[in-house]
Amino acid sequence: MNILTERPNAGASRWAGAIPASVFVVLALALLVGAPQVLSSFRLSLLARFCCYAMVALGIGLAWGRGGMLTLGQGLFFGLGAYLMAMHLKLADAGQGQVPDFMLLYGDGKVPGWWEPFRSPILTLVAIPLVPGLVALILGLAVFKRRVKGAYFTILSQALAAAFAIFLVGQQTTTGGTNGLNGFRSFFGYALNDPVNKATLYYIAAATLLVMIAGMWFLYRSRYNELLIAVRDGEERVRFLGYDPANVKVFAYVVAAVLAGIGGALFVPIAGIISPADVGVLPSIGFLIGVAIGGRHTLLGPVLGTIGVAAAQNTLSESFPSFWTYFQGALFIVVVAFLPGGLAQLTGTLRRRRPASTASAAAHNPTPARESTG
Amino acid sequence: MSGVAGQLFAGLSLGSILLLAALGLSLTFGQMGVINMAHGEFVMAGAFTAYVVQQVISDAGVSLLLSIPLGFVVGGLLGVLLEATLIRRMYHRPMDTLLVTFGVSLILQQVARDVFGAPSVAVAAPAWLSGSLRLGTVELPVGRLFILGLAAVCVAALAVCMRYTVLGRRLRATVQNRDLAETLGISTRRSDRTTFFIGSGLAGVAGVALTLVGSTSPTLGTGYIVDAFLVVVAGGIGQIKGTVLAAFGLGLLQATLEYSTTASIAKVLVFIAVVAFLQVRPNGIYAVRSRSLA
Amino acid sequence: MKIPRTVIPVMALALVVGTAGCGAKTGAKAGADGTPSTSCVDTSGDSVKIGFLDSLSGTMAISEKTVNDSLNLAAQEINAAGGVKGKKLQIVTEDGASEPKTFAEKATKLIQSDCVAAVFGGWTSSSRKAMLPVFEANNALLFYPVQYEGLESSKNIFYTGATTNQQIVPAIDYLASQGKKSLFLVGSDYVFPRTANKIIKAYAKSKGIEIKGEEYAPLGYTDFSTIVNKVSAAKADAVFNTLNGDSNVAFFKQYKNVGLTAQQMPVVSVSIAEEEVGGVGIENLKGQLTAWNYYQTIDSPQNVKFVKAFKAKYGAKRVTSDPMEAAYTSLYLWKAMVEKAGSFNVAAVQKAAGGVTFKAPEGTVKVNGDNHHVAKTALIGRIGDDGLIHTVWKSPAPIEPDPYLKGYVWAKGLAK
Repeated sequence: MNILTERPNAGASRWAGAIPASVFVVLALALLVGAPQVLSSFRLSLLARFCCYAMVALGIGLAWGRGGMLTLGQGLFFGLGAYLMAMHLKLADAGQGQVPDFMLLYGDGKVPGWWEPFRSPILTLVAIPLVPGLVALILGLAVFKRRVKGAYFTILSQALAAAFAIFLVGQQTTTGGTNGLNGFRSFFGYALNDPVNKATLYYIAAATLLVMIAGMWFLYRSRYNELLIAVRDGEERVRFLGYDPANVKVFAYVVAAVLAGIGGALFVPIAGIISPADVGVLPSIGFLIGVAIGGRHTLLGPVLGTIGVAAAQNTLSESFPSFWTYFQGALFIVVVAFLPGGLAQLTGTLRRRRPASTASAAAHNPTPARESTG
Repeated sequence: MSGVAGQLFAGLSLGSILLLAALGLSLTFGQMGVINMAHGEFVMAGAFTAYVVQQVISDAGVSLLLSIPLGFVVGGLLGVLLEATLIRRMYHRPMDTLLVTFGVSLILQQVARDVFGAPSVAVAAPAWLSGSLRLGTVELPVGRLFILGLAAVCVAALAVCMRYTVLGRRLRATVQNRDLAETLGISTRRSDRTTFFIGSGLAGVAGVALTLVGSTSPTLGTGYIVDAFLVVVAGGIGQIKGTVLAAFGLGLLQATLEYSTTASIAKVLVFIAVVAFLQVRPNGIYAVRSRSLA
Repeated sequence: MKIPRTVIPVMALALVVGTAGCGAKTGAKAGADGTPSTSCVDTSGDSVKIGFLDSLSGTMAISEKTVNDSLNLAAQEINAAGGVKGKKLQIVTEDGASEPKTFAEKATKLIQSDCVAAVFGGWTSSSRKAMLPVFEANNALLFYPVQYEGLESSKNIFYTGATTNQQIVPAIDYLASQGKKSLFLVGSDYVFPRTANKIIKAYAKSKGIEIKGEEYAPLGYTDFSTIVNKVSAAKADAVFNTLNGDSNVAFFKQYKNVGLTAQQMPVVSVSIAEEEVGGVGIENLKGQLTAWNYYQTIDSPQNVKFVKAFKAKYGAKRVTSDPMEAAYTSLYLWKAMVEKAGSFNVAAVQKAAGGVTFKAPEGTVKVNGDNHHVAKTALIGRIGDDGLIHTVWKSPAPIEPDPYLKGYVWAKGLAK
């Protein structure tokens, strides 16, 4: 018996079957119309950050909720996207042929060769999804083709995030070390301290998130989705059917990495800083809590959960810093141990009482049921 | 020449610390499949046990020797508490234990902060453990030799217990085939709990030993948890000898790389080396073969 | 397929609203640094708000909580004596959570939402670097109380801890005066140690002191076998230690265990203050040296009063340290600046700052109006059996701050 992989799950429940399109419409209206009306510019900028976290969460929902790959290393991809964007912004601020301020202070006053390409805005925009995607592809092929799975994969992904953070800290002259990169003045030619541009950044983040959700919705309706769930619930069986489970998993891992990379890239102009503290093990695990609370098997659960947790953290930690730590720990315990479907499970429980669900909805069901025996 | 010998000892010493931290995990994670992120906080609890004992018994030597069994009991009891309240419900969802126990580790850290105050506390080492032995041109710190010995004793005790005692036989039977073990009249519930007690207790012992090396602070455990998991993964699940080999291998690798490069680079390289090693042997040094379809 | 029909209009809406937002900004093309935002500080009532921003959670809470304590002591004293310009201080406390991005976020909140007149806090270089653009963009004031790596000067920050020429340079002078001919540098892998060591190497070269090695450990690293092996093999006359936090414990335990002593190879530390001595263990630190600008043992009426008041408020077991004293002093300096300016207005305070003095526990300090640092006396101390630090050498007069080391020939080319 291989105790390190999730056991195959049979059976189904209905609560996460259909996509609640109405919820999506409400979310879109709330983000694009409601929030800018209600929130001060400071709170709106916070919400923009939360949208960036939600992009990472959406990817984790795919890899973990659907694919069963519990990735503890999304900080790596978030960080790659963020640092690529930050490098470009630093170079753009410095001006044509000039050297970013921190390199003058701590380095030898020369721009290293691997920074140079990112003077180009177009190349940076191409690299932001491409580099995290490629890294995930290589890692994914290396790991999944060798059938490293379950806890092994989780621990490796965590070690990589830790290694990335240590690497960034150690290269102070070229990555800013623990300080990270900050003090950006402009974003593709627009001044970052202009309130109008800050609001625009929020709209970009919110719209990007909505587009990603829509794209993910199509993915969740495809045959690929069923294959991914099949791999999660019985990898060997899928192999016997003639598919290569590794390819199925690698694709989900790459998509999750790309989403995290884009989230990281947008985070940089909004927060004005990226540092190794945002990419290591702890932030990587932090990304998971919103996903778990919202409901990892659902499309919108990870998004709503992440925004909700981030907002709660922001308000609670302002008033009770040490209480927040207890609360966060308790959230992990209560949600994962007693509510594995997240809060979506609660709404699903309510909905299940309603009659008249079609059989096809059950067939699309992505939720593994807990084993009743044992 | 003294450089090489000194580094060899540094590597073995680091390996022994990794081994102490990972040995308990090789039981709870390796044998039972529970990814216990709170293992690091059990280590921390062991270290604070040593601190508390020293507040009561001022003689550093007596308090250290007393702390080792007490640390085992404190770590073990915390483990049993965790097993009985949470993990018991989750054996069929091993990946989820990771998140639940991460929540536990956050809470334990904050408890330590609130109980013992913010700054790290000092645990004095007994006089007979400070200083060093001179072997040729190499200085061997006695404290480090003691940890090396303690690790060896722990491994030996665990191996003897698992191989030759009735208890060990029951634990192994439960891991190898739960249903069959139950039909033979073994209480698998009790076996699970005992395994968790021993595994967590070893974490407590590691914590006591770590007070000789570094600081005793609420975040003590977080520094070791990633490394400890890597050791178990590299060694191969469910094999004590794999964990031992991997711990010393990684310790020596880190010490060697650190001598020729820097500590940061060495750490990054060690992590990458483990990932690369799993390409060659995806199930670690010693793999348990299985025909299961999972 | 009824759902795509619902989704598509929403996506269209998303894009429309998104681009509408984009359209609005074209008028605000960048180039200049934008207009300084207008201040929302309310000074009409009988109180004025100030912000304390320290890490109360996370890894840095250990140190920053102590600074928060001494800030609160100063605020309490000032309020008891009638406040600033007759207005009581109303304190808004925020948690930086040991993360640079949280410091930036909370600084924004304190300035924009709470409308505080000034912010006090920050510890790590990364937290200060993260807050600097926030204070400059909003034209607000930060008082930063910790010794740091220099090479910085912002009109929106007052640095009340030491810069390099008030701590590191005097420490090298002291070692040279003791006949030390070679040094080994050990530090944590982050900005302060790397920059400090760059300066030390340049200065040592000009003084003919040999640097026998330079090692960095990742933050929080606890296995110093290898690094101490290298130190031991190098046989330098002294070690210059810029390790941070818990790494010091592991370093000094290992240092002692391989038989190295303060007599044969003393270690000069710049991040170990009274607060840290207890955690490292007195038996591991006895006789080692430190470089600061304040020790609890300073025998002056101001310090006796400060220590007494601090222990009365927080307990007799507590100790006072350099950053705590610098934080306490920073609040009094701000008060003096406001009173000299006759206004809480940022521009007026900046204008009045130069030449402001305060009889601090460390001695009289004076603000430099050009670089916003403070003239301080350098003190080399030795850690005693009592766990306190005793002055063994002090600079003859307060040293004028020189964050870019412009007044030192050997430092040419360090800061480009």
